[in-house]
Parts: sequence; C-alpha cells; structure tokens
Amino acid sequence: MAALQSGVPGAVDAVSYWVGDWTVIVPADRLLEVARFLRDDSATAFDYCSDVTATDWPPRAQRFDLIYCLYSTLLRHRIRIKVLAAECDPVPSVTELWPAANWLEREVYDQFGVNIVGHPDLRRILMPDDWQGHPQRKDYPLEGPGEFLMENPQDWLRLRNLSDESEIE
Amino acid sequence: MTLETPRAATTASAVNSDELVLNMGPQHPSTHGVLRVVLRLDGERVVHADCVIGYIHRGVEKLCENRDWTQIILITDRMDYVAAASSNLGYCEAVEKLMQVEVPRRARYIRTALAELQRIASHCLWLGTHAMDIGAMTVLLYAFRERELVLDLFEEFCGARLTYNSMRVGGVPLDIPSGWDKRVLAFCDLMEPKLDEYEQLLTNNRIWLQRTRDIGVISGEEATAIGLCGPPLRGSGVSRDLRKDEPNAAYEEFDFEIPLGTKGDIYDRYLIRMEEFKQSIRIIRQAIEGLPEGPFMGKVPRLIKPPAGETYHAVESPKGELGYFLVSDGRSTNPYRFRVRPPSFCNLQALSRLVEGHLVADVVALIGTIDIVLGEVDR
Repeated sequence: MAALQSGVPGAVDAVSYWVGDWTVIVPADRLLEVARFLRDDSATAFDYCSDVTATDWPPRAQRFDLIYCLYSTLLRHRIRIKVLAAECDPVPSVTELWPAANWLEREVYDQFGVNIVGHPDLRRILMPDDWQGHPQRKDYPLEGPGEFLMENPQDWLRLRNLSDESEIE
Repeated sequence: MTLETPRAATTASAVNSDELVLNMGPQHPSTHGVLRVVLRLDGERVVHADCVIGYIHRGVEKLCENRDWTQIILITDRMDYVAAASSNLGYCEAVEKLMQVEVPRRARYIRTALAELQRIASHCLWLGTHAMDIGAMTVLLYAFRERELVLDLFEEFCGARLTYNSMRVGGVPLDIPSGWDKRVLAFCDLMEPKLDEYEQLLTNNRIWLQRTRDIGVISGEEATAIGLCGPPLRGSGVSRDLRKDEPNAAYEEFDFEIPLGTKGDIYDRYLIRMEEFKQSIRIIRQAIEGLPEGPFMGKVPRLIKPPAGETYHAVESPKGELGYFLVSDGRSTNPYRFRVRPPSFCNLQALSRLVEGHLVADVVALIGTIDIVLGEVDR
C-alpha cells in the first residue's frame, strides 16, 4: 500500500480495509497508470486479474462502481481497485495489461452499459447482439422489459400485426 | 455443417476468400451444452475461433439480487450443476466472511469432505466426456459408474443427487447420517483401484497420446495473463490452488499436494486431474477419520442481514477459482449486488488462443480439456 502511495503519487482517492480485503479508489483517468504500476512493481506484482465487475447505485451522479479484483501469483495477495463512473464517463480498458479482462469487460458493458474505451472487441456477450437496455442496472425490471418497453414501438406494432408466424424471422 | 456466414464473424474481421467459416454448435454433442464456436478455417487448420455464448443466460445475478440471502444458496446449485456443493461452499463462506461468523470445526470438516467428493464427481464427468470426445467410449461408462456412487453418497446426506442445497450460512443443515462416514471411507477404498483402471485405458494409449500431446500448449506466463485458473493453469506449471494459497473450510489442517504440469498441453492437464482424484481421496480420508465432535451449525441469526459492506471470496472449485463478490447495503434482507466470478467463463476465454493453428478435430479435445459447464458460463 505504501509502495502504491509513493509509486503513483496523488492517484489514490481513498483506501479502505474491510473484513480482510484492501480496496483503493482511483479516478478513471488515472486507472491505467495505477494498474500498470500494480502489475509491474515488484512489491505488488499483481499479475492475475481475477474479476472485473460493476455495481450500480442509481441516485448517485457517478452511478457505477467498477471493481477490478487483482491477485498476485507470486506474492499471493489480493487488492481491489474501484473506479467511479457516470453513465457516459469513458473508462479505459485494462485489456492490454491483463488479456483476462477482455470478456469480463465485455460483460460489464453488456450488463451495465458502462462506456469502456480502448477495448479491442466490445460486443455484447451474454445478451443477444440486438438487445435493448442493460439488465444489471437497478432501474431495469426483474421480469425483463416486456413488449411495451421495446425501444422502437413501431417494430413491436409491426410484429404484432403479422398474422403468419413464418413471416417473423 | 453450415456454410452460412454468421454475423459475429463478419463483423469481427473481413472474411478471406480462401477461408471457410464453420459454425460449431450450439447444437453440437461435443460442445458440452450450448456453446457456439465460429471457426475460420484454412483447409483443416483453424485460423481464428470466436466463442458465442449466452444461450442459457438466465440472469442469475439479477435474480439473486431479488432473493434473500438464504434463498440464494439454492440458486448457486444451478450454476455449475455438476459441482453444486462447491458453489454452495463458496457462497456460504463469502456471506460468513461478510458477517464475520465463526463456523464450527465439525461443519468445516463436513464441508471439506463434501467439496472433495464433489471434485471426484465432477472430474469423473470431465474424464468420461473428454475421453468420449476424443473417441474412447469405454471411459465414459467406467467414469459414470463411479460418479453414480458419489451421487448416492450425496443423496444419503441431503436427499438430492444433483442440486444439493447442502450448506447453510454458518454450517451445514444436517449432521451426517449414521454410518455415512463408513460408507464414504468404503467408497475411497473402492475408488483407488478404479483410477488405475482409467489410467490403464488412457495414460499409455497410443491414440490418446497422439491426440493430446503438444496440443493446445500454453506457457505459464501467458496462462496467467489470459486468466486461466484451476487445472488448466496448473498444467502450465503455475502453482496456484486456493486450497493452499488462501485456505478455506478445513483445508489448512490436511496434508495434500498440488500436482503441477510442465508443458501445458492437454496431456499435462489430463495427468493433473488424474492426480487430483488421488489427492481428493486423501483429503476425504483425513476429513472423515478426523471428524471432530461438536455442533454442525454456528450461531447465526434466523434472519440473515450482513452489515453494510462488500467482499470478494474465492474457493477452488473443480473448474478453478470460483469467486463471489457480494455487496450488502445493511438495510434489506437481500444482497445489493451479487456477482459470481465463474471459472468456466474465464477459462473458456482462452479457447480461441488455444485452438489457433490446430485442426478442427482438436477443437473438440480442447473444449474438453478446459472443462466447461455452460450453466456456469452463461449463468
């Protein structure tokens, strides 16, 4: 932790320790710098990216927490990086540092609609390519969107008026 | 065999006129469920592979955020449905960590025994299907014969054969039935010679060697970077097993070894899992023989409501690092955020790297070697 404070001065907004886990909160524009330091410095050596995920806190202006769970296979310790982001805030992709983050970031984009930039292949992963909305957001209904919430009501009307089922692709 | 050009392939990169795009799955017997792999082929060599997943996405994470902390245990069974006890273990321990609950020693021993029995059952299924994909039909019948015995033990313990719901926050719901410990030990005695039987069929089999050696080689450094976990990572020589590194349940009290590979090909990963069978038997013996007396359930309030906070807790499931990231807001009786780090999902990511340059027939072998369960990949 001390190594991080001195290695990348001023980049860490807050540090927390809770039930045995360390978390650092960093601003989105310094994420890559911090991540690169954590991976390359010999005192931290976080060479394994366990998980990338997000949490949605709707009333907040910066509604998303992006969470990067890191692990070091050499020193066997863990840390979490947390980045706060609003709906359109660009968050840099860490895929170039840890290729493991590729699908995990795709899932975050798919489920939350976080604006991840610099990702080599940003497509939906669990939901169909033409899906509207992001299911893990708190304002997304548990039962799914239903037909009335389809983004383009004209499509819905057209589908409903088709008498023959075979005309629906 | 379809010759149509799928959307995923055309958007990813332009199709070379000499290359053939082949859709493998989602209805393909060797993809272990509903995985679709879009292969770009040059002759019989794979140039690029793109996995399309999500066919059985059920929104488990969203669902769990709308269920209370105890109801979720039952949903975790449905993710990795061939290793439900490991999923239960990871989730219950994550909640215990969040609540800072002490679990009685007897419960921890029972949990360890269950998790290791589960590893044997899961590896039996892996061995059978993997060998069958490569063409050795007999192994499937042999492996399922022994898996059946493990399922019988689970049925006796908790009444279910696949989705056990076998743990609770704070311990296990039931003490072991009388005589169960003796039957588990009898199973261990029976299982050991059966492993030799499997190895006789495969380990020195010339066809097996030709199909598995030097296929899908990945270095330890690259495997770490790409996020492999579990036996595929250890096959590349990286010593990482959460049972040793971050001991949970009662693992720190037992002697066992972590087998490591040297080359990182399919054959190494096969040998590692065969050795893990033996180590699991060793752990089960120690857990059952040394089973301490005492309560099997800790002191937990009836209504589970962890204090506000978040945690990440991972256990070594048969597939690799199974992690749970839980956020509690401290007010409601359901988690604010429930996130699973599924090992199958992260391992499957490496498939496109592993298959490059290999033949179409090897794709099937490589899907088998990373041991995926689509229920967990798609959630």
